[in-house]
Amino acid sequence: MDQVKPDQLTPEQPRPAAGPRPETAAPELSGAEITVQALIDEGVEFVFGYPGGAVLHIYDALFKRDEVKHILVRHEQGATHAADGYARATGKVGVCLVTSGPGATNAVTGIATAHMDSIPMVVITGQVPTPVIGSDAFQEVDTVGITRPCVKHNFLVKRVEDLAETIKKAFFIASSGRPGPVVVDIPKDVTDPNVKIPYRYPAEIAMRSYSPAQRGHQGQIKKAVEKMLAAKRPVVYTGGGVVLGDASEALTALVRELGFPITSTLMGLGAYPMTDQQFLGMLGMHGTYEANMAMHETDCLIAIGARFDDRVTGKIEHFCPHAEIIHVDVDPSSISKTVKVHVPIVGPVQTVLQDMLAVVKDTGGRPDRDALTAWWQQIDDWKGIDCLRYDRTSPVIKPQFAVETLYKVTNGELFLTSDVGQHQMFAAQFYPFDKPRRWINSGGLGTMGFGLPAAMGVQLAFPEAPVACISGEASILMCIQEMATCKQYDLPVKVVLLNNGYMGMVRQWQEFFYESRYAHSYVDALPDFVQLAESFGHVGMRVEKPDELEAAMTEAFAMKDRFVFLDVIVDPAENVYPMIAAGKGHHEMELPPTMSERELA
Amino acid sequence: MRHILSMLVENESGALSRIAGLFSARGYNIESLTVAPTDEPTLSRMTLVTSGNDDIVEQIKKQLNKLIDVVKLQDLSEGEHIEREMMLIKLKAARPDREELKRLTDIFRAKIIDVTDVSYVVELTGASKKLDAFIESVPEGLITEVVRSGPTGILRGEKGLTL
Repeated sequence: MDQVKPDQLTPEQPRPAAGPRPETAAPELSGAEITVQALIDEGVEFVFGYPGGAVLHIYDALFKRDEVKHILVRHEQGATHAADGYARATGKVGVCLVTSGPGATNAVTGIATAHMDSIPMVVITGQVPTPVIGSDAFQEVDTVGITRPCVKHNFLVKRVEDLAETIKKAFFIASSGRPGPVVVDIPKDVTDPNVKIPYRYPAEIAMRSYSPAQRGHQGQIKKAVEKMLAAKRPVVYTGGGVVLGDASEALTALVRELGFPITSTLMGLGAYPMTDQQFLGMLGMHGTYEANMAMHETDCLIAIGARFDDRVTGKIEHFCPHAEIIHVDVDPSSISKTVKVHVPIVGPVQTVLQDMLAVVKDTGGRPDRDALTAWWQQIDDWKGIDCLRYDRTSPVIKPQFAVETLYKVTNGELFLTSDVGQHQMFAAQFYPFDKPRRWINSGGLGTMGFGLPAAMGVQLAFPEAPVACISGEASILMCIQEMATCKQYDLPVKVVLLNNGYMGMVRQWQEFFYESRYAHSYVDALPDFVQLAESFGHVGMRVEKPDELEAAMTEAFAMKDRFVFLDVIVDPAENVYPMIAAGKGHHEMELPPTMSERELA
Repeated sequence: MRHILSMLVENESGALSRIAGLFSARGYNIESLTVAPTDEPTLSRMTLVTSGNDDIVEQIKKQLNKLIDVVKLQDLSEGEHIEREMMLIKLKAARPDREELKRLTDIFRAKIIDVTDVSYVVELTGASKKLDAFIESVPEGLITEVVRSGPTGILRGEKGLTL
């Protein structure tokens, strides 16, 4: 069959029928063209990918279209993190396209990262042709088998006739309910350019085996509100689900109405304005003293879109010992998974929070003012401990100071992606986000190397916005190759490297729990990051003195069209405090050494 | 406690491995697993026997329901139900033991479905405990092999596990 010109492929301009055809003629497309057209019909802006043998037909179809932009990464892990960062910042589905075999296996880390944080993503992987599947063909792996435990769902498309519907299902599953990554594995023969079939992309799709909850149970919501209003020492504990469910406004309205203290997990930061008086800071292993103490003493815990992760709960036996627990989550399997819940509510957090606020207003019920005043008095006492204090007179740059300076220079208006380790915790503690989807990090899987490619996805989504990646010298090297992608697409990301020469968090644990035996946590033989950035065509800067930092950051962010790599040499011995050691309760925090002699809880 | 979970599952190639993989990944017990097509060609019926305390079994059910390929799930152990398992057992039936084995087969209302000079194949259907009891009753050393289907089950009464 003749090659079809690109402009004839859109549904609005169906290809003229070759012969007599019934009904309104659907365009005839090959599997490769269907794949690309389906992405366009789904409204996909960017595809992050890397070509290879099994996806060459798809790339050829992609070459002829410009409605969807392909971003060529330098490693498939980068493609998945970039799509992930795009999804986290926009709320839309991130899309990747990688080849079979090593393309797919390289993508697995990014898929697992998205899975752990419930990020909507569709990953299209090429596969060897169907007749040779199972024969250990060149670049063959069982992609569906390898990815099965780390996806929300996956598909192997065996017939071109199933392709459009499968892609529709993939987007539907990825973006609805509790979101997650979906892999669509497409064998090369299914994308054969010489086999064309009528194409129709379904506008809607229903699946008998999949129907996520749309509303919370009204009776349960009433019961929860009653308990909330009766509480003497309530705490709202929110997680990534509030961000994912676009429930930030509803949350803020309810919490302000009630006047309750609120804390958040690492994943939920920004869903409630962090500069607000009612916000206690992050909770958990490196949470604030006031947040963790409030968790320990509360009599009514209102958990919203959070999953009681072990980094949050500490030792389960010591978790919220006095509390009745209300838990709102769209995923029933999150409820009572690790911690027994008294009032479970399954539903999208946004509608449940709106319903809760409506119940509060309808019933005219008010929280117990006297009790709440006493509770705030207690919390303010805890705040007085000043658990995030650090040495501000240090002649070397303290990492906390670097983050505070970043906040100052960017006026809090920043999309900040992060890698994993001490710098991640310092950013969470010292950069208060007032909006959701601004703090982008790998919380569940803790993937070093996430930050830089994620920042690319964010910057593409918001080309005018300031985007920075905070990182450490160990993390950044894990996906350093993506500096080339940033050059190719002129992405003016700012890398803020807190360079302490160590894998800082590993070093901290070794100091605390292994008597300072620093086994392989010293990153010997580091590159010169300034020269490295320059060799990729970027701007590199190094800062070693606290009083030079603000000027350097201001200069970096003033270069609005350049990628700037800021190598900030920080105190190698600094630790993240407060800290709850593994297996301890919320009331057993380690505070900064300057105050550890204090008598605590 | 032992639970019999009955499921309608999409008749897709990956469905079985998703379910088996869930159990190994999350460290749940599987005692047995049977699966076969139903009258509706797009659906398979799966019967899975597991054990654990109430919290664990509750979590198992939630996790199974979360799988896209699981259309419906029922915990048969929660209500009145019938459980059946089929066993084929090959016995060494040489002259001195033949009569004893024949009597045992009759007592259990089992059937001898294959006979040679030195062996019987016995078919027995019933609740799993009955099958266990038969195996216990066979004199020592006379079992050549045991093939069990794993339990299947169905609810009593008019209600059924359907779409």
